Amino acid sequence: MKYKSQKVAYWFFALCMLLFSLQIVYGFIMGFARIGMDGLHDFIPFNTARAVHTNLLVVWLLTGFMGAAYYIIPEESQRELVNVKLAYVQLISLAVVGVVAIVGYHFNYWEGRKFLEIPRELDFLVVINVLLFLGLILATLFTGKRKTTTALVLSMGLLFAALLYLPGMIWFDSQVTDSFFRWWVVHLWVEGVWELIMGGILSYLLIKLTGVDREVIEKWLYVIVGLTFLSGILGTGHHYYYIGVNKIWLIVGGIFSALEPLAFLAMALFAMYMYRKGEKSHPNKIALFWTIGASIVSFIGAGLLGFAHTLPQTNIYTHGTLVTAMHGHYAFWGAYAMIVLAIISYVMPNVTGRKLYNNARGHFAFWCANIGMLGMTVAFGVAGVAQVYMERKMKMEFMEVQNEISIHFVVLLLCATLFATGIILYIIEFLGYGKPTDEALVAAESID
Amino acid sequence: MLSKSQARTFFLGGTVVTFLAFIGLTVYSLQPNNDQTNHDKIDAKVVRGKELWESNNCMGCHTILGEGGYYAPELTKVIDRRGENYVKAVLQSPVPWAPRGRKMVVYKMNDKDTEALIAYLKWIGNINLNGFDQVVSPLAKDKIKN
Repeated sequence: MKYKSQKVAYWFFALCMLLFSLQIVYGFIMGFARIGMDGLHDFIPFNTARAVHTNLLVVWLLTGFMGAAYYIIPEESQRELVNVKLAYVQLISLAVVGVVAIVGYHFNYWEGRKFLEIPRELDFLVVINVLLFLGLILATLFTGKRKTTTALVLSMGLLFAALLYLPGMIWFDSQVTDSFFRWWVVHLWVEGVWELIMGGILSYLLIKLTGVDREVIEKWLYVIVGLTFLSGILGTGHHYYYIGVNKIWLIVGGIFSALEPLAFLAMALFAMYMYRKGEKSHPNKIALFWTIGASIVSFIGAGLLGFAHTLPQTNIYTHGTLVTAMHGHYAFWGAYAMIVLAIISYVMPNVTGRKLYNNARGHFAFWCANIGMLGMTVAFGVAGVAQVYMERKMKMEFMEVQNEISIHFVVLLLCATLFATGIILYIIEFLGYGKPTDEALVAAESID
Repeated sequence: MLSKSQARTFFLGGTVVTFLAFIGLTVYSLQPNNDQTNHDKIDAKVVRGKELWESNNCMGCHTILGEGGYYAPELTKVIDRRGENYVKAVLQSPVPWAPRGRKMVVYKMNDKDTEALIAYLKWIGNINLNGFDQVVSPLAKDKIKN
C-alpha cells in the first residue's frame, strides 16, 4: 500500500464478502426448492430467492470492482484519493440501497425483469451513487501524476457500465422492446464493459505479480479489450434470435458471438504468457492462483461454454433452458468472481501489513471453490441437455421433465456444498487479516 | 511487431465501427415495417398485463420468449396450449397451484387483472419468433400443425 486512502478498498471488500455469503444462502434455497424441499415457499418463494440470488451477484461484483478501483487508481495515478470521506459515504449509501432492494424483494417491491429487478425509484439512487463513485475515481485519475493504460481501461469500463445502466430504466409497453433494451444493460455489461474492468484488474495484477514490463502488458491489454468490443457489441445479437425481432440478428449475432471466445482465449494466453515471461517471484502465490485461474476459467466458462450454445441452430433448442444456467454460472465465476477474489487476495496483505498468504487454508479454499463450481456447472449442463432433449424433442411436459432431472440437482447441491466450503475458508482467511492499518504503508514496501 | 499505439488504434477503431453498426442495426430492426410483434395490437389491457407480469416477477419462475427462471413452465404459447379458462383458474386459485408438487405463489387475481394478463399472454403468443415458437412448446406446435 502506497497511499493511506487505499484502505477504503478494504471496507468494499468486506461488504463483498457479506453479500457473497448471502448470495450462496439464497442459491441453496433455490437448489432445495428444485428437489421438492420448498419449506420456505410461503416466506421466500422461488422468484424472490432468484431475484435476491442474481441481484446479490451483480451488487457484490460491482462492490468488488469499486473496491478494486479505490485501491488501484490512487496507486496508478500516484496520488491520494481526492476525498476519502465521500468514498465512505458512497459505500454506506450503496449498502443501504442494496439492503432496501433485497428486503423489498421479499415484499413484492421489485420489477420482474431478469437481473434488473431493482425498482425504478431505487434505480435513481443507484445512479446518484455510481455518479459519486465515478466522480471520485475520475477526479483522482485526472489530477494524478500519471495516467496509465491500466487505469484508463479500468475507469472506462466503470464509466461505460454506469452509462449502460440507463437504457434499462426506460419503460416500454412492448415486452419485446423491453427485452431488447434490457440486453443493452445485461449483455453489454457482462460481455462488454465488465471485460474492460476485468482486463484492467488483470493487467494491474500481472504487472504487480509477474514483474513483466508495463508497456508490454498494456499493449496486449488494448488488443484484448479491442477483441472484446469487436465481438461483444454485435454479439448482443445472440439474445435477439428468438425474442421477436428481425432475422438479421440470426446472422449478425451468430457470426459475432461465435468470435466472442477469442477475447477470453487471448486473455488466458496473455496471463499464462506473462506468468511464464515474468522474472519476479512474488511471495503472494495465492493471489497468483486466483489471477491465472480467473483467466483460464473465464475462457472455459464464458468462451467455450458460451460458444457451445451461441449459434442460432443450437440456440433454437437451448434458449430458455438450464443450458443457459450452466454457462452463466461458470462464466460469472471465472470472469468476474475469481478476478474480484484475486484482487482481494492481493490487496489484503498490503493494506493490513500481515503476510498471511502462505498457508494451506487459502489454497484449500481455492481448490474447494473451483472444484465445487465445476461440479455445479456439470450438473447444470447434464440437467440442461436432458431437459432440451425430453422437452423439445420428445415433447414431454415441463414438470414431467423437471421431475426426471431433479436428481441432477441433488448432485448440484453436493457440489454447491463443496463450493460453499471453499468460500467459507476464503472468508476465514479474509477475517484473519484483520483491519487495515497505516503501518502497512511501510510494511507494503517489501511486498510491492 | 505490433506497437502500443497500433494496439490502441485497433481497440478504438474496432469499438467505434462495431458500435455504429450496432446502432444502425438497432434502428433498422425497430422500424415499423420490420415489426414481428403486432405492435399495433398493444392496447391498454396488454399494457396492464405487462405491468402485472413485472410487478409479480412472474419471470422469476416462468420463462417467456425463452427468458426467465427455468423453474416453472414456458408461457409464450400458454394460451394455445392450455386455453384461457385454465390460465384463469391458475391465476385466481385461492390455494397454491402445485402441478406435480411444485408450488406457485397464490395470487387470487380479480377478474379485471386476470383478463389483462390473459390479453398480454395472447399478444405474446402471436409474436413471430423466427421459428422458436414452433420449438418452445411442442404441444402448441401440434395444434398449429392440425
